[in-house]
Amino acid sequence: MKKIYKFALILLSTLSLILGTTSTSFSKVEGDKIILGAAVSLTGKYSTNGKHTQNGYNFAVTRINQMGGVKVGGKSYKFNIIYYDDESNSGRAAQLAERLIKQDGVKFMLGPYSSGLTKAIAPITEENKIPMVEANGASRSLFTKGYKYLFAVLSPANQYLEVAIDLAVEKNGGKPVNIAMAFEQDAFSQDVRLGVIDAAERTGSKIIIDDKLPKELNDMAATLAKVKATNPDVLALSGHSKGALTAIRQIAEMQVDVPMLAMTHCDASKLAKQHGKKAEYALCAAQWHKTLTYKDDFFGDGMKYDNDFNMEFGYAPPYQAAESSAALLVWKDAFERANSFDTEKVRDALAKTDMQTFYGNIKFGSGGQNTAKPMVLFQVRCEGDTCENKVVAPTKWASAELVHPTPKWSER
Amino acid sequence: MVQASMDGILLGILFALIAYGMALQWGVMNIINIAQGELVILGGYIAYTMYTMGIHPAFGVIVAPIIMFFVGWFLYKLVIYRVVDRDLFISILATFGISILTQQLMNFVFGADVVVAQSNFGTTMLFDNSVTLPNSKIFSAVVSIIFAIGLVIYMKKSKLGRAIRATAQNARAAKILGVDTEKVYAATFGINAALCGVAGALISITFTLHPYVGLPYTVRSFMIVIIAGLGNLPGVALSGMGLGVFEEFADYLLGTEFRIGSVFLLLVLILVYRRFKLSRKREYLK
Repeated sequence: MKKIYKFALILLSTLSLILGTTSTSFSKVEGDKIILGAAVSLTGKYSTNGKHTQNGYNFAVTRINQMGGVKVGGKSYKFNIIYYDDESNSGRAAQLAERLIKQDGVKFMLGPYSSGLTKAIAPITEENKIPMVEANGASRSLFTKGYKYLFAVLSPANQYLEVAIDLAVEKNGGKPVNIAMAFEQDAFSQDVRLGVIDAAERTGSKIIIDDKLPKELNDMAATLAKVKATNPDVLALSGHSKGALTAIRQIAEMQVDVPMLAMTHCDASKLAKQHGKKAEYALCAAQWHKTLTYKDDFFGDGMKYDNDFNMEFGYAPPYQAAESSAALLVWKDAFERANSFDTEKVRDALAKTDMQTFYGNIKFGSGGQNTAKPMVLFQVRCEGDTCENKVVAPTKWASAELVHPTPKWSER
Repeated sequence: MVQASMDGILLGILFALIAYGMALQWGVMNIINIAQGELVILGGYIAYTMYTMGIHPAFGVIVAPIIMFFVGWFLYKLVIYRVVDRDLFISILATFGISILTQQLMNFVFGADVVVAQSNFGTTMLFDNSVTLPNSKIFSAVVSIIFAIGLVIYMKKSKLGRAIRATAQNARAAKILGVDTEKVYAATFGINAALCGVAGALISITFTLHPYVGLPYTVRSFMIVIIAGLGNLPGVALSGMGLGVFEEFADYLLGTEFRIGSVFLLLVLILVYRRFKLSRKREYLK
């Protein structure tokens, strides 16, 4: 009898515990606040970009709240974000996503920084049917898994350097080109590589060097020696900030002449500032640039965003911040169209998003990727000793004409 | 071919310098320093800080070792002296802890951005531009050689050098004969950190700096020491250069993805060969 009593007690307390924790999960909207959850990297190796992400989110939250907030059912709501630091660690990010959803009862999520961490979180939001708008995970594999609750405001990684290959073919009089490429062995860079391979197949171009750089890369001399020996038309590189800085340093030191150098992470690595004239004429793929002329009601256009952000945080916004701000605009738009806080209704509204923001047009494809925004290419250009990134493609927004082929080192 | 071998040799000399420090303190104190790479990067950040203040980063090879010597001394007094007579495993754990702490501190102080210091040394061209040697790499190699030779002479001639060698041979005997082994250990760890500082300053002008890129340097120097064998300083220099050349060739001929794999394959082969030789020797002794 005593045993049964004890058993019943345990059962009851477990049940009440479960009920107790689940009951909090209805608190996605508290009073006039819409609670969003985000795990971002505030410490660890992604901390710089994690901070840009957080600043981008916060900047948009303040702006939207100031300008009347989100109107749902005739009432005005304000955004509020619960942040956790994922320490740049995917295991921790997954734990925190779980915590945001299960303990804090968050019903709407914002993405972390980087493809790797987004990949860690996506299965959890998917399993719990929590919609997530993310702004910093571009890896193609995020959009091929059939996720229903993941929406990305940025263009997928495979699009990064495709434009550059097309441009090289165009400059070659429509004839195929020889491509040398070196990509780091991580999810993002390998996706960029797939895009280049697609573009090469499409244009009939030939890939003559295909190096995979190790993650602990600090030396690309051997790859560059091969490039020197084979004289390709395009050298395509991607290896995050470290790869970009190493490449420019060694290309300059080894005086590697190549008609087009196309790479990623030029702005994240502050290439123009750190390497100055050595980086001149490098072509870089970016999600956003302040000179693009997209507009919205909250931030105006890119130049105004750049200016306001600078006033608020004391530095010019990199595209990581801009895309993070755009994520909040998407949320606001979706809530208002859904006119509800029901996660399913909001998800459906998100899926039907078709809008313009200062950051670009946003429309989600079936995998959740943004299909409406092209990548931009800019070229590092110097006047005297100051170097700047100038948009050269697409031509609609070009603020400078592409210099092609790159002048030889002996002539610089 | 010439390009790859020259790149390899210049790279190898720099790595040999880091390995040199590791061999020294491994031999003297029987400690495997997992934080070796972090000390290197910290040295690099010292040179980088000078660069941001408008001083040429090449002067880092003088300033960084001085600061790093005291950092090493301090680390010894704080942590290492507690583990110096213990099991090797304990020292690995302790230095692993130092490595994590240093990484986070560097991240906190210098930020998570990848940075470079510009030496603007230019490039030396050979054979009608077909072989290019960055002067910064040549500078690195020359400085490394100077420091290595300087250290050998110091070890042979100076009082402290002799004390260090005596302690390495037999710590107890050295103690009985009046050598202050505590001081010797602290100095050894300091010298190791100073060598790392020099290497770091050189890396800031030849490669890139980031709080989390220390580990490859630790692993590389560890391998060089293993291949050379403990206490074999000329061997360290040779195996450093050998590995550098081997690595560049593997990269050039097989592709970058095989670069690190082939180096590890070589390590395994050398260890197997050593073991094979050892077992033959044992038979002979019977």
